[in-house]
Amino acid sequence: MTIQKLELDHITKRFSNITANQDISIEINAGEIVALLGENGAGKTTLMNVLFGIVRPESGLILINNKPVTITNPSIASQYGIGMIHQHFMLIQTHTVVENIALGMQNVPFFLPEKKVKKKIVSFTNQYGFSLNPDAKIWQLSAGEQQRVEIVKVLMQGAQVLILDEPTSVLTPGEVKDLFHIIRKMKQEGKAIIFITHKLDEIMEISDRVIVLRRGKVVGEKKTNQTNVKELATMMVGKDILYQVKKDKVQSGKTLLEAKSVYIRDDRMLSSVNNLSFSIKEREIFGIAGVSGNGQRELIEGISGLRKIEKGTIFLEKVNITNQSAKHIYEMGISHIPEERIRYGVVSNLPISDNIVLKEYDKKPFSKKGLMNQTAIDCFSKKIVSEFNVFTPSVRSLAKNLSGGNIQKLILGREITGSSKFIIASHPTYGLDISSTQYIWEQLIQKRNEGSSILLVSEDLEEIFTLSDRIAVMYEGRFMGVVAFDSISKEDIGLMMAGSKQIPIECWS
Amino acid sequence: MKYIFRVERITKSSNSRTFLILILSVFGGLLLSSLVFLFKGISPFLSLQKIMVGSFGSLYGIKETITKAIPLLLIGGGLSIAFHGKFWNIGAEGQILFGAIGATWVALYLGPGMESYIIIPLLFLSGFIFGAIYGIIPALLKTRFRINETIITLMLNYIAAEFVQFLVFGPWKGKTQYGFPYTDNFPQSATLPLIPGSRIHYISLLVGIFITLLAWFILNKTKFGYEVKVMGENPDAGKYAGINFTKTTIWIMVLSGGFAGLAGVGEVAGIHHHLSYPASISSGYGFTAIIVTWLARLNPIYIIFSSLFFGGILVGGDAIQTSLALPAATVNVFNGLILFSLIIGGFFQDYKIRLHHETRKL
Repeated sequence: MTIQKLELDHITKRFSNITANQDISIEINAGEIVALLGENGAGKTTLMNVLFGIVRPESGLILINNKPVTITNPSIASQYGIGMIHQHFMLIQTHTVVENIALGMQNVPFFLPEKKVKKKIVSFTNQYGFSLNPDAKIWQLSAGEQQRVEIVKVLMQGAQVLILDEPTSVLTPGEVKDLFHIIRKMKQEGKAIIFITHKLDEIMEISDRVIVLRRGKVVGEKKTNQTNVKELATMMVGKDILYQVKKDKVQSGKTLLEAKSVYIRDDRMLSSVNNLSFSIKEREIFGIAGVSGNGQRELIEGISGLRKIEKGTIFLEKVNITNQSAKHIYEMGISHIPEERIRYGVVSNLPISDNIVLKEYDKKPFSKKGLMNQTAIDCFSKKIVSEFNVFTPSVRSLAKNLSGGNIQKLILGREITGSSKFIIASHPTYGLDISSTQYIWEQLIQKRNEGSSILLVSEDLEEIFTLSDRIAVMYEGRFMGVVAFDSISKEDIGLMMAGSKQIPIECWS
Repeated sequence: MKYIFRVERITKSSNSRTFLILILSVFGGLLLSSLVFLFKGISPFLSLQKIMVGSFGSLYGIKETITKAIPLLLIGGGLSIAFHGKFWNIGAEGQILFGAIGATWVALYLGPGMESYIIIPLLFLSGFIFGAIYGIIPALLKTRFRINETIITLMLNYIAAEFVQFLVFGPWKGKTQYGFPYTDNFPQSATLPLIPGSRIHYISLLVGIFITLLAWFILNKTKFGYEVKVMGENPDAGKYAGINFTKTTIWIMVLSGGFAGLAGVGEVAGIHHHLSYPASISSGYGFTAIIVTWLARLNPIYIIFSSLFFGGILVGGDAIQTSLALPAATVNVFNGLILFSLIIGGFFQDYKIRLHHETRKL
């Protein structure tokens, strides 16, 4: 069956109390490249997971050539001719290219499979004009080459609709060019391509049509040649104000934290933070906006002592804290609300009380002479739980029984109670409902009014604008500019996040 | 419409469920063993009766059960700490042997002419230190070189066994043992007193109960226990909280290896009175204690009961071997089937299987 038209019709998908997709309808035709644009958490990936059969929607239909189809798992999706290239490659590192490709094939010949699969790979790569060594092991390949393996794998399964989930996020500029060449070739052959991204320049370059998602809804659809980067940025970040939080202007004090020419590498040992310098004052919220993966995470881990700083120095009140242990840095007065709250912030299988003293367990009064003082721990925990509205029957119940919002309130309570002068808040309200979000914002602003400084990292521009006194936009390990929150528009920030606009360094505030 | 079985995770496990599962698993194991007995042409009722009488149903059986529970108690106490820290110590066999070597060394070289109340504490001290040192090796290899502790602890068992072989066939071979590969017998003062009419070396029993209570105290009341639990449950959060992994891991293995070493002391000073073939000293207690600890859900207090229970299974197996003249392998089959069904039972502590019927719709 050839796919002429693929439709998603009124798809709604909820995860507990969050609506990831609300009544979304889109269609795509053969020989067309459609870009799906939106910030993280806008619902792009969920929608594609629905199409690919990874999650099942509450309501809505998938139609191929106007006929409804049932897709309950990825193998059914690929039987219909739908293929997905995931952002994180699903390849077996120690196997060769041929072996990985053969793994996904339906009818591998029983005799001499390797020779025949190899032949097929070569004919495919010739057809699309690139080279791929079938005998190379996956771990020997660059990210771009691995992506080509994924593409060949999906094409050889007979895919006619290809979903590419942020395909350029791991590529070098040269590799991006090659990828676009392959995508155009696929279009010529009549394949339909769904290109998920939040990079505006790429959309302008490659797509025929753009669909913009925000907060789980379609907020706009345009032919690419009838729109521009600015309009798309506006649609992506939106203008709606959902929350009301009062932020009085306060006079900021002396410099508290200073970073000088900092370089940090990521887990793959690639340069991630490049020569970054900035300073943050007392009574100031310094917001770093930017799409995830542009070095924010590495920067935060570097400051809080969880990751090595390759070059450069960080001072807290003129004391050099570069590459000190996480414990020492915490004791110096830097607390940290981590990005992945379940992974770093709490120990799910331990009681709430044990989690509340996670950073202070070895200090008086919580432990003395090697023994834990349960009475003091419980007493303090009850105080935090009631002060920060953590909803739980008891401080002795396990942290895993808390909802996301309550876990975040617990972490917030733990990190901002006490003497910390400097608070790092990384995506503090990601995935939380309105009331928890509002509460956490109010608490952070209050902490700033009391004299602390806060480093806020977020992708949510609403959050950045509501809280920050100064905003920096991070892109590929550098700042595209640092500005006062009331001297720039959301659209300009959106452009800077996409790397399409830069403010000269003389104009930084 | 079609029916499917679906495996679901149980979020809250209750003690009554755990107990019910335990009973049902043992029952299931007995049922399976009955089939084996049937094949051997022996009435399953008769053999089950012999097992019961042999383990818990007679004074002799109870005494033997307690004797076998002693090493399990000691090793289990240490394993509960290691497993809470997700350090997979399956090297207790080797640590028992090193504890036994430490005790033998003290007994043979310092023992003669020394009073019991001095030499016996020294035996335990030496056994603890030897076991702890043998336990620290995998801890260092794991923290320094990130070598998988499961493999290392397993391999170290064989090295310890070969080392004991070397000692009893070589330098420590006893002059009074008529050429058998045994060390000389311990002097009388360096042997553990028994409860009259039994093989229960009660000092080790008391030490064992103390160790399990101590393990509970360490895990629940001390700063070290807190660090062990955080590190085991969520290493990323442990790193974020600033816990020193190297230090914590080494202390875990000092305790776990040391307690297993104490079990080795009990075996040589309480039962054998000399070092001999490694297999007869450690007798698989190091592996059985892993099951004992899991069955107790890593709670040291429950280990007191689960080690008695397993002591009974070991003794019951021995009982049918002698009274029904079954080959030794039958006993292994019996023990194996009980373990097998307990492990299956363990699955049902965390999961349940439900029959669903689902209508196909999108």
